[in-house]
Amino acid sequence: MNNFPSHAHVVVIGAGIVGNSMVYHLAKLGWRDIVLLDKGPLPNPGGSTGHASNFIYLVDHSKEMTKFTLDSVKQYKELGVFTTSGGIEVSRTPERVEELKRRITSGKSWGIEGMHLISPAEVKQLVPFINEKIILSGFYTEGIGTVDSLRGGTLMREAAQTMGALQVFPNTEITGMQVEPTPGSGKRIRAVETTKGAIQAEIVIITCGLWSPRLARMAGAYIPLTPAVHQMISVGPVPQLMDTVGEIKYPIIRDMDTNMYERQHGSDMEVGSYAHRPILWEPDDVPSIEKAALSPTEAPFTKEDFDPQLEQALELIPDILGNEQVGIRYAINGLLSLTPDGFPVLGETPEVKGLWSVAAIWIKEAPGIARAVAEWMTDGNPEIDPSGSDIARFYPHQKTKTHVKARSAEGFNKTYGIVHPREQWNSNRNVRLSPYYEREKVLGAVFYEAMGWERPTWYESNAKLLDEFGDRVGKRDAEWDARWWSPIINAEHLAMRERVGMVDLSAFAIFDVQGAGALDFIQKMAVNQMDTPIGRVTYTNFLNAHGGIKADLTIMRLGENYFRVVTGAFDGARDKKWLIDHLPAGPEHGEGPVTLTDVTSAWSTLGVWGPKAREVLQSITEADFSDKAFPFATCQWVDFGTVNVLASRISYVGELGWELYVPFEQGARLWDMVREAGQKFGIAPVGIGVYAVTGRLEKSYRLYGAELEQEYNLVEAGMARAKVKEQDFIGKAAYMKQRANPPAALLCSLTVDDNTSASGIKRFMQGREPILTLDGGPIEDARGRRSYVTSAGAGPTLGKYILMSYLPPAYAKVGTKLKVEYFGEQYPVTVAAVGATPLLDPENKRIKG
Amino acid sequence: MNILVCIKRVPATGGKITLTPDAQEIDARMLGFTISPHEECAVEEAVRLVEKHGGAATVLTLGPNGATEQLRDAMSIGVERAIHLETDGREFDPIATTNAIVNAIRGDGTNYDVLLFGNEAADTGDFQVGVRVAYAFGYPCVTGIKELAVNGNKVTAKREVPGGWEIFEVLMPAVITVKEGINLPRYPSLPGRLKAKKKPIATSQPAWQDGGLEKIKLMTPPEEAHQVEILGKGAEAAPKVVDLLERLGLL
Repeated sequence: MNNFPSHAHVVVIGAGIVGNSMVYHLAKLGWRDIVLLDKGPLPNPGGSTGHASNFIYLVDHSKEMTKFTLDSVKQYKELGVFTTSGGIEVSRTPERVEELKRRITSGKSWGIEGMHLISPAEVKQLVPFINEKIILSGFYTEGIGTVDSLRGGTLMREAAQTMGALQVFPNTEITGMQVEPTPGSGKRIRAVETTKGAIQAEIVIITCGLWSPRLARMAGAYIPLTPAVHQMISVGPVPQLMDTVGEIKYPIIRDMDTNMYERQHGSDMEVGSYAHRPILWEPDDVPSIEKAALSPTEAPFTKEDFDPQLEQALELIPDILGNEQVGIRYAINGLLSLTPDGFPVLGETPEVKGLWSVAAIWIKEAPGIARAVAEWMTDGNPEIDPSGSDIARFYPHQKTKTHVKARSAEGFNKTYGIVHPREQWNSNRNVRLSPYYEREKVLGAVFYEAMGWERPTWYESNAKLLDEFGDRVGKRDAEWDARWWSPIINAEHLAMRERVGMVDLSAFAIFDVQGAGALDFIQKMAVNQMDTPIGRVTYTNFLNAHGGIKADLTIMRLGENYFRVVTGAFDGARDKKWLIDHLPAGPEHGEGPVTLTDVTSAWSTLGVWGPKAREVLQSITEADFSDKAFPFATCQWVDFGTVNVLASRISYVGELGWELYVPFEQGARLWDMVREAGQKFGIAPVGIGVYAVTGRLEKSYRLYGAELEQEYNLVEAGMARAKVKEQDFIGKAAYMKQRANPPAALLCSLTVDDNTSASGIKRFMQGREPILTLDGGPIEDARGRRSYVTSAGAGPTLGKYILMSYLPPAYAKVGTKLKVEYFGEQYPVTVAAVGATPLLDPENKRIKG
Repeated sequence: MNILVCIKRVPATGGKITLTPDAQEIDARMLGFTISPHEECAVEEAVRLVEKHGGAATVLTLGPNGATEQLRDAMSIGVERAIHLETDGREFDPIATTNAIVNAIRGDGTNYDVLLFGNEAADTGDFQVGVRVAYAFGYPCVTGIKELAVNGNKVTAKREVPGGWEIFEVLMPAVITVKEGINLPRYPSLPGRLKAKKKPIATSQPAWQDGGLEKIKLMTPPEEAHQVEILGKGAEAAPKVVDLLERLGLL
């Protein structure tokens, strides 16, 4: 082919719904010289788009996914390929009845209208062929519908061509990728090799769905997903559906308790299942188009896996499925992509500059995600924050095949599951263990996972504290509220506040930034003035170019040209990429004036906090831990016996105390010393339940991913610094503008006035619930963002239950009475603090000791 | 009346055929398995005969453990019971297959009025088993049948030949081998699938025998080369198109 290009600015690989959406949004944002390739023919090249059931439910407990979905529906409607049918999730069990209430609650938080909790009789009215006798309730959403994803994709692709931005080459298979070294030790994409020749490109975007891992490996990158089977059958012709004009007339049914759906498609009814055993494939085993009986992603149906579901489907839709004249006309093991945490894989791969992944995406969210990624590529500021789906979130162990398969298999049957916000994974645990792990186990630690790290959330050995603190500990009578929780957390909290506690913080991600350009680099990254005295600890943020909050972390200045960056486990991998991306001469260990070294595995961290923290530590070191010699927000190298430790006097729980950074192999010794010395002061091992929830919330400390995200700014978060430093930093111009204008919302701390439910049980919100006006209406700020609970938890010292939420200025006043919805009931709440003002110890006397 | 229909589990077609590395089998991982298409029609015909005349249909297969899938498929559209002559995966040749089937029928105790086969198996294409079984029992046999009717103790069977039909009338019991086109097999319904799960399968393990046919290896025939010639674009192509149509005698 003589018109096959040898160079393109952007090559997009894969012409399913994702690739087509990508080229469209890039073209719309002004990108040109784009080439779209697919090994298959158009319009259906044989990927997962071609066999998708193409229906779109709106509500997800994740804000990010719901926003992508709502944006996608809007786009599909603009393209004229969306048909509104409505949809009903039905419950068969009391537990599901509650879950449907919770789903409506989430829907309200994310701004969805037209949601109704309906009775079985009302379900029957909407879907006359359903057996309403076996269901308990229905969650009806008016805006649910179906989409012609092949047509939608074609329209978007053709629009990009019309804009003169795009050349399309179907039947062109990728055979290899060329990378070249960057100035540091990294790589950047140079070209893709295809069956029609090589194309040099600055940017290559992999939108190949379940083939993506294979493509990424060609360049030395990882896209952690696995092909997996979703079984689907189509039955027909259905007499009840014969007179339907168009594709769909009746609402789509999701039979949540059986992990199945029933969806009309013309005169057929499609029945799909997520209930069968997880059936995972290898990308390399997916057949070529020639070798596939139907298409590469429509694998032979394995009947025995589906048989148990037939009965459940028959039970729900007996009038249609029980008709002997209605035949199973089509049945497939449809292949789709699963990821280890259930979220998509978006963004530039950390391994190869210029190589982007836009994968593990369902029809319902594809155009919305494509818009976000295109914005991200254009100016680094997507309107919808994609951090939860950022490919850079994964640590190395999470990209291994073992982990991807284990977690994907475990997650598959949770597709329609009732998943508690604190629910833990069972598979592939004990991956990253702190030096204190064995000791914690002996103390009855209940471990929760944080990106592979096993972190004690509380210690069963602290059960003895329950008696000591009595009623102040609080109990939870509702099973859901008490699930994955223990009153011991509150007892540990009180022990720490009144005496002293020790907290394992080894999950911190730690990066050392060194070199002649280190100060300039850190100045460019951080909002705060970083040209501080050596030994200063600075709590700061990184912003994106538009002033969205990109990271929340502490930085210690250890030398003239030596900074240690400490961030949370959930953000570490992403923050690392952000830092590396901005290094003056490329990636880690670069040859430029700055090097970044990941020392996460070299340093473990032990936090010691509480009124007795100084006495405990002073008793095992000759270093001076007095306030004068060791003031707040400073760090020093000190000796504890033979252990040389970097002690940093800061706190995320609002108490006097230190973070002790100790070489990993000496951590156990430090633990023993602190614990032994602490005995006479009543030291308790304290879990993350205190550190990340109760201790933090009493102090209104923010958490990245909960309060802090790219969709909000520092002024709104109440974290604008008193002064703006003279030096430039990323996002400064936007930040100056934010400071000059009144914020659209302000982060507030609220307390629950009465948490007694209609049935007389005390209820405890878990986060992400909508904050409502007194008459129960939603609250939306001037930027269209709904007010919802960003974090929720007990405040045992305050004796209050605490919620945080962004509120528009009209409501963000201490004393404002509002409501919060939880499982369909509304509870009165009061704004207790606005901005950074903590509820407990507003003068920070405790920290200053 | 009692009808026996004999089927074979074969790799589904539709994709490019790939062989296992030892060239002994078709690699069916991406294809799945199905009932040989002629036999699928035989199953449908058996069910229709029973619907019309009463009685019961039995399905029989000689094949590996996985062949129960095809037996259940047959039962899901109305066959009442199944006989599974389970092999260890080794291929029985037509003589060995016939012996196994004949022994099974003798041991089954049912007097079948009609024994239905596919005209030939989709994979091996031997065209033999139906004829051999008829010979073993001394039953009349008609092959390649596309229309079938039962009247009293007689079967009327029609075979399509160029320009017309050959019509046979045979006394029952009789062996009929049918061809695709005799009917349009129905899809199984959900209740049919569920009922099929509860229907009985009588399983026995006939010993493998050397019928004299030895498989050396499988080969896929070379693909036919397709030559595409673009005659031109737009109006300029018209004369060449006319020329071509004339050469083909279509104008």
